[in-house]
Amino acid sequence: MLPKLLRTRREVVCQQAVELVTDYLEGALSRADRRRFEKHLAGCPHCTEYLAQMRATIELTGTVTAEDLPGPVQDEFIDLYRRWRADQAGETQDDGRG
Amino acid sequence: MDQDPDAELLGRLRAGDEQAFVVLVRRHHDAMLRLACGYVPSVAVAEEVVQDTWLGVLRGIGGFEGRSSVRTWLFRILVNRARTTGARERRSVAIGDPEPAVDPSRFDDTGHWAAPPERWIEEADSRLDAAKLAGRLRSAIGDLPDRQREVVTLRDIEGLSSDEVCSVLEISEANQRVLLHRGRSRLRQALETEFGRA
Repeated sequence: MLPKLLRTRREVVCQQAVELVTDYLEGALSRADRRRFEKHLAGCPHCTEYLAQMRATIELTGTVTAEDLPGPVQDEFIDLYRRWRADQAGETQDDGRG
Repeated sequence: MDQDPDAELLGRLRAGDEQAFVVLVRRHHDAMLRLACGYVPSVAVAEEVVQDTWLGVLRGIGGFEGRSSVRTWLFRILVNRARTTGARERRSVAIGDPEPAVDPSRFDDTGHWAAPPERWIEEADSRLDAAKLAGRLRSAIGDLPDRQREVVTLRDIEGLSSDEVCSVLEISEANQRVLLHRGRSRLRQALETEFGRA
């Protein structure tokens, strides 16, 4: 049951609802705001569609992979590693002398 | 917190295990390259950024304290290097500037829809050519202002949690949500514009 004070608060309109979508999906709305948002959705097919589209957008974005990007060239990375090891060994030796 | 799947590899890498480095590179290379591509003009430059990042990882390995996951740490180094290398002239939108999720002209004076969202989900699900959809989304992601693109890429493509994204980009939870909201809203609009039917 909502506290009396909140029940008298103004209703959410569509233009506000679209700004609450991410906070809603992220679980960042207060309980009272979540109820107001959900109450609006229950009576508004357009905002319900809008929320569904935001969910679909997130899902589709998750399926986007880059066009054929090259994989790692293993030899290059092994070279990188060995150069770093060699540098490190050099530094250690310098320390020893200094 | 869950066990970091990379922690053991990092331990072996510290102990001088070359193979551990190879495994770590293989595990993260694709995501790092994708991310780097968002900042620099070519894949070749992105590859350099990734290599440079790994060198930074090796040099900084002694200082890594495990307060964040290894992946978060890798991505943070990458983003910092890619930003410096990129310095690509891009549109940047200050977080304080208002940026409505939907064009205000689509609402009437009372804030109710005047031009409601056109339908496109069914289209995307059924008839749409997957390659065309991916292409359109990719270019819409590329058109996002930098900060929005960073957050959307890390959250919705690479699957990082909001905590991880805040840590990689060194931003607050609230700013992360604002950027995510704006980025996702722009992508939704791009899909509606391309595929919507009134």
